[in-house]
Amino acid sequence: MNGILYGNKTKTAGLIIGIMIALIIMVMSVVLGYTNTSLKQAIEAYTAFNGSNEHLIIQLSRVPRSLVGMAVGISLGIAGVLMQALTRNPIASPDIFGVNAGAGFFIVFGVTFLGISSIQQFMWIGFLGAAVAAGLAYALGSAGQGGLTPVKLTLAGAVMAALFASLTQGMLVTNEKALDEVLFWLAGSVEGRKLSMLAAVLPALVIAWVISILLSRQLNAFALGEDVAISLGQKTVVFKLAAALMVIILAGGSVAIAGPISFIGIVVPHFARYLVGNDHRWIVPYSAIIGGIMLVVADIGARYIIMPEEAPVGVVTALIGTPFFIYIVRKGIFQK
Amino acid sequence: MRKYWVLQRKSFSFLIDKKTTVSIIALTFAAVAAMLISIGVGDMYIAPWDVFNALIGTGLDINQLIITEFRLPRVLVAFIAGASLALSGAILQGIIRNPLASPDMIGITGGAGFAAVAFLTMFSDDSNNLLLSINYLPLFAFGGATIVAFLIYALAWKDGVTPIRLILIGIGLMALLQALTTLMMLMGPIYRASQATIWLTGTVYGTSWNEVKALLPWFIGLIPILVLLVRRLNIQGFGDDLTKGAGISVHRERFLLLMVCTALAGSAVAFAGAMGFVGLIGPHIARRISGSSFGGLFPASALIGGIMVVLADLAGRTLFSPLEVPAGVFTAAIGAPYFIYLLFKNQ
Repeated sequence: MNGILYGNKTKTAGLIIGIMIALIIMVMSVVLGYTNTSLKQAIEAYTAFNGSNEHLIIQLSRVPRSLVGMAVGISLGIAGVLMQALTRNPIASPDIFGVNAGAGFFIVFGVTFLGISSIQQFMWIGFLGAAVAAGLAYALGSAGQGGLTPVKLTLAGAVMAALFASLTQGMLVTNEKALDEVLFWLAGSVEGRKLSMLAAVLPALVIAWVISILLSRQLNAFALGEDVAISLGQKTVVFKLAAALMVIILAGGSVAIAGPISFIGIVVPHFARYLVGNDHRWIVPYSAIIGGIMLVVADIGARYIIMPEEAPVGVVTALIGTPFFIYIVRKGIFQK
Repeated sequence: MRKYWVLQRKSFSFLIDKKTTVSIIALTFAAVAAMLISIGVGDMYIAPWDVFNALIGTGLDINQLIITEFRLPRVLVAFIAGASLALSGAILQGIIRNPLASPDMIGITGGAGFAAVAFLTMFSDDSNNLLLSINYLPLFAFGGATIVAFLIYALAWKDGVTPIRLILIGIGLMALLQALTTLMMLMGPIYRASQATIWLTGTVYGTSWNEVKALLPWFIGLIPILVLLVRRLNIQGFGDDLTKGAGISVHRERFLLLMVCTALAGSAVAFAGAMGFVGLIGPHIARRISGSSFGGLFPASALIGGIMVVLADLAGRTLFSPLEVPAGVFTAAIGAPYFIYLLFKNQ
């Protein structure tokens, strides 16, 4: 399949334009909201800080939130591409396959029973949860007759998502205080995140971004089928483990900082493929940029839908994502 | 000795498997035992024999009061809700032809949950008073389940409805409904949020004869329909082509079955909350006991689902007493790992 952008020059230009759009969106995210500020104030908050409300909001809330949104969006976009390529399943993504829910459950468990509170602990336990959920979904999807099929894997993932969601619910029932603190986070949100929280998770995420881009050539070979990949000299077991590890880091890290945000992972790779075709060397960076843009835009939207209160961004991504998801399914991705 | 008894009339026929029949009788005894024990255990312990006496009206007055007024309706609702959910799951697994399907997975329960939470938040004022009687909550939940079922069916329709499309659309809608439910909870006062969480987890706390009276007709009314549909569901298991070959309108049947499945799940969720994993596990265990023919699978599923919720409720009332844990915590916490174990064992 060819995308609508032909040739390497056009695709490079598209990528540059994408990065510019991303930057503009991030600036809008800093300026827009319940307290509207101006670009001038945003710059002054850093050059001539005067302690005013606007400057405080910009420094402590808007800028961190814009950066967190971008980082999480990039991560979820890449995680989605990796999962869809690995499983050859066009609706594979960290949320549908229960990876986000697994990370979420482990974190809530940690908060409730182990008393964890620092973002580092969130991150590690998030990685663990993501890995457990992904492993279980994979094992469950390949159990029984016929081995691993896309449909079985999807169902297994949905079972995992339901399992961890209901276990999380169960824990919250017995602990009302935790409910109050965790509810907003559980819906997926980048509001109120501090820069220090991002700084804690960012190194892991950036390493995963870079490795994912390095893996993108291998993704092309793998997409042709496992036999082809082996005959091209790919060590498919090593490759699959490496890619799965990246998914776990990207999804687990994202959940640790922003909660389980849905639909970015599914929708974004489809946009990217629509733009650049089937070459993963382009799909991965495009998905990263589009994921970042989409999450930051959704976060801006989240400030307006139940004004003066804020909706969690996860709700907005679900609202945008569901119609698209239904469209993909109706297009007939699975033959039977 | 033959393996089957044959029951044949003009409009229907059944092969009755002897082994299955025996296991279903055994399950019935187990269900009765579970209910008697659950009725007896609580703040005041009443021995099973005294429970039996109280039920037939020859026990002590105090026992009689506790049992008939408080514990019996609660246990009955638990049993009927569990049985309905498991039946609903068994039907859905038949339609989708996949043992991983269940009404909680494809958003039918989620629709009920969303409607219920919306009811709790939209109709309460700032001082936490409900503006509408709580008795309307089941109506909302049931409506939510039905609307979602229609929506799934309509969105999955494209020259007919295939099982795969049905479940994938369901999974997508489920994710949306979860997001919307959380939004509703955030918009309402925190007291309502915790109330909604308890409801979403599933509990039969505080049920009275009113709930029994409201729930029972659904259950009893839907059983005859199921009996008539059993044979056709067995045929559907062989695939769309063969079903058409057998002269059955696949899509009409599928729609009808989906509606029965929704009515069962919806009524159960309306009165007992979104009890997780009963619809998934009940039929699974049943299949191991009674085989995969729906004639045996349905009664076995219903009994196992009922037993599950009765025991989960018992555990919730007693294990952490005086704290009351919603039964749904136990159905999920015990059901889910058991389910994973089952699948690994089958590998």
